Amino acid sequence: MSQANQGIKAIFKQREALLAVLVVVMIGLVGLRAPVFVSPTSLANLLTDSTLLVMLALTQMFVIVTRGIDLSVASNLALSGMMAALLASKHPELPLAVVLLVAVAIGLLLGLINGWMIGYLELPPIVVTLGTMSVYRGLVFVLSGGAWVSSHQMPADFVAFPLGRLLGITHLVWIAAIVIALMWYLARYTRFGRDLYAIGNEPASARYVGIDSARRLFWTYGLSGAMAGLCGYLWVARYAVAYTEIAYGFEFTVIAACVIGGISIAGGSGTVAGAVLGSLFLAVINNALPIMKVSPFWQSALTGIIILTAVLINARGNSKGSRQILPLHLVNPSSSRSAA
Amino acid sequence: MNSSTATAAIDSTGSAKTSRYTIVDRPAFKLKSLLGRWETLLALLFVVVFIINSIVLPNFLDLYNLADGTFNFSEKALIALPMALLIICREIDISVAGILALCSVAMGLAHAHGMPPHGLVVVALATGTVCGWLNGFLVTRFALPSIVVTIGTVSLFRGLASVVLGDQAFTGYPKLMVDWGQGYFFGIIPREFVVLLVFAGVFAVILHTTTWGRRIYAIGNNPVAARFSGISVDRYRLVLFMITGAMAGLAAFLLTGRIGSTRPNIAMGWELEIITMVILGGVSIAGGAGTIGGVMLAVMTLGIVTYGLALANIPGIIMTIVVGILLLITIALPRLMRGKKTAK
Repeated sequence: MSQANQGIKAIFKQREALLAVLVVVMIGLVGLRAPVFVSPTSLANLLTDSTLLVMLALTQMFVIVTRGIDLSVASNLALSGMMAALLASKHPELPLAVVLLVAVAIGLLLGLINGWMIGYLELPPIVVTLGTMSVYRGLVFVLSGGAWVSSHQMPADFVAFPLGRLLGITHLVWIAAIVIALMWYLARYTRFGRDLYAIGNEPASARYVGIDSARRLFWTYGLSGAMAGLCGYLWVARYAVAYTEIAYGFEFTVIAACVIGGISIAGGSGTVAGAVLGSLFLAVINNALPIMKVSPFWQSALTGIIILTAVLINARGNSKGSRQILPLHLVNPSSSRSAA
Repeated sequence: MNSSTATAAIDSTGSAKTSRYTIVDRPAFKLKSLLGRWETLLALLFVVVFIINSIVLPNFLDLYNLADGTFNFSEKALIALPMALLIICREIDISVAGILALCSVAMGLAHAHGMPPHGLVVVALATGTVCGWLNGFLVTRFALPSIVVTIGTVSLFRGLASVVLGDQAFTGYPKLMVDWGQGYFFGIIPREFVVLLVFAGVFAVILHTTTWGRRIYAIGNNPVAARFSGISVDRYRLVLFMITGAMAGLAAFLLTGRIGSTRPNIAMGWELEIITMVILGGVSIAGGAGTIGGVMLAVMTLGIVTYGLALANIPGIIMTIVVGILLLITIALPRLMRGKKTAK
């Protein structure tokens, strides 16, 4: 074994590097079949299409790192998006920044409701967010009266913003880039971020060393909610329509992106790069299928197979040091092996 | 062989036996503990909703209406029964609605290829069992968390269903299925509801009176201890996933017969409604606690709330708000009543 070989092996042991290579290889392969896929415009579209998923996956990552799960993101996104759309259509004179802030604030509030119940009342995250998911989705209907808000009701700048360009790059991509940088900083260099990993690794120890878990969880779900609010506005403006079912079922896509990115549902481990690459992976597949002339009906089935494959690979990768899993599971692979 | 006397609840007074101690198998009956039970609260809620509905809504007590009201929850409740067992066992299955869709598609295919009506039940049950086996296999063989596995398989199952269906739909199902999906016994009791009651009985007996049931609780309370006491934990998990799949297949048979077609969006979003039913029924998401009686009460309560809202012409989506809030109150109330947190 030469030194270089070892080095390469070490890199491939890292899930993120492997995933990055996979994404590139996949783009390359699709490009071989259909050269139009690797044209700059097509790649730029791909990037723009992936942004919402990337941003939501990042905050979902923090939630999962704390051994939680946020099923309510898609409903939260729909509710804050709908409220932003209604606000903009009723008061076209409001500056865009205000609408955007309102959307984020609503999302934050909805997220903090989750956070209060999970952090301070110590209720299981999966049940709480399952409940708020239905409530928020129902509220979208109540607010809108079941009607659509379509593009001609929204002010022009409201609709134009996400796909507007700065230095030739869409605003969506700029926003996503800023979010990625912020989250990376948050995860690696702030006390808040490090505390979340501590909580996810060993909640009891985290309490012993004096981490205020309740407050941390409160704000983690708040962060997830605020991001859903931001994406709510961006989603509604990007597709220029708001209705009750927007982003229906998107929570599972977000969680899938995290799982593919190697973020352990058991909590305590996961990186920003993983979340971003996991989202990109899904986005590449979704954009490549139509170009490869694969029936769009295959998309869901393929996504399922990919998620399962990713989970299986990840399970092998950390068969030694894996730890507890959500509140639903207490057996880790090593102990169940030794018990069997 | 009186080893049992060593650790005993004490009741030394009137026992005529040689031992000074007797062991009480279960706690003595107390009215207070009965009232504090979750099932009692649910039953009260059920009665209250029933009375309010019958006062406010003029047509509520119409027997035919009431009987028809059971249609909207029977299939979901059929899946909620095995789901309760799974959750007691600390597992969860998000993929049930996907399994249902795939079973329905399998029946459609089989029917299109000339399978006789009775064979379609077998097709649905077999497809469901296979899907459940896949879930269980991945969970037990690779020690993966069931929530992640089933999030993956739900895309897979529903995806396969939509690949087969494309933009088409299967229709024209045989009379047998229509009979079971929409038919009545004695002209008034919906057959689906009877099927549900029979299965509720079966599951209640299994969970509450057999060794299997006790072992499911044991696994849910402490899987490691259960394993060390000789329970084949993984086999139980695998079988429970397969039963859940089979019940989803049965629900597919009834639902497809009732609505008479298979479309890509069949049973969309049901997984969360089913899980809500189970948790509202007092089954702990942390495992190890819950009863079939509680689940059935939750099913019935949700059923009459839905039915009442439908009679009052309130759109179904309002129901999701009601259900969500009920769920949140359900879990938050005991916590709030216990008072401020005690840091562990």
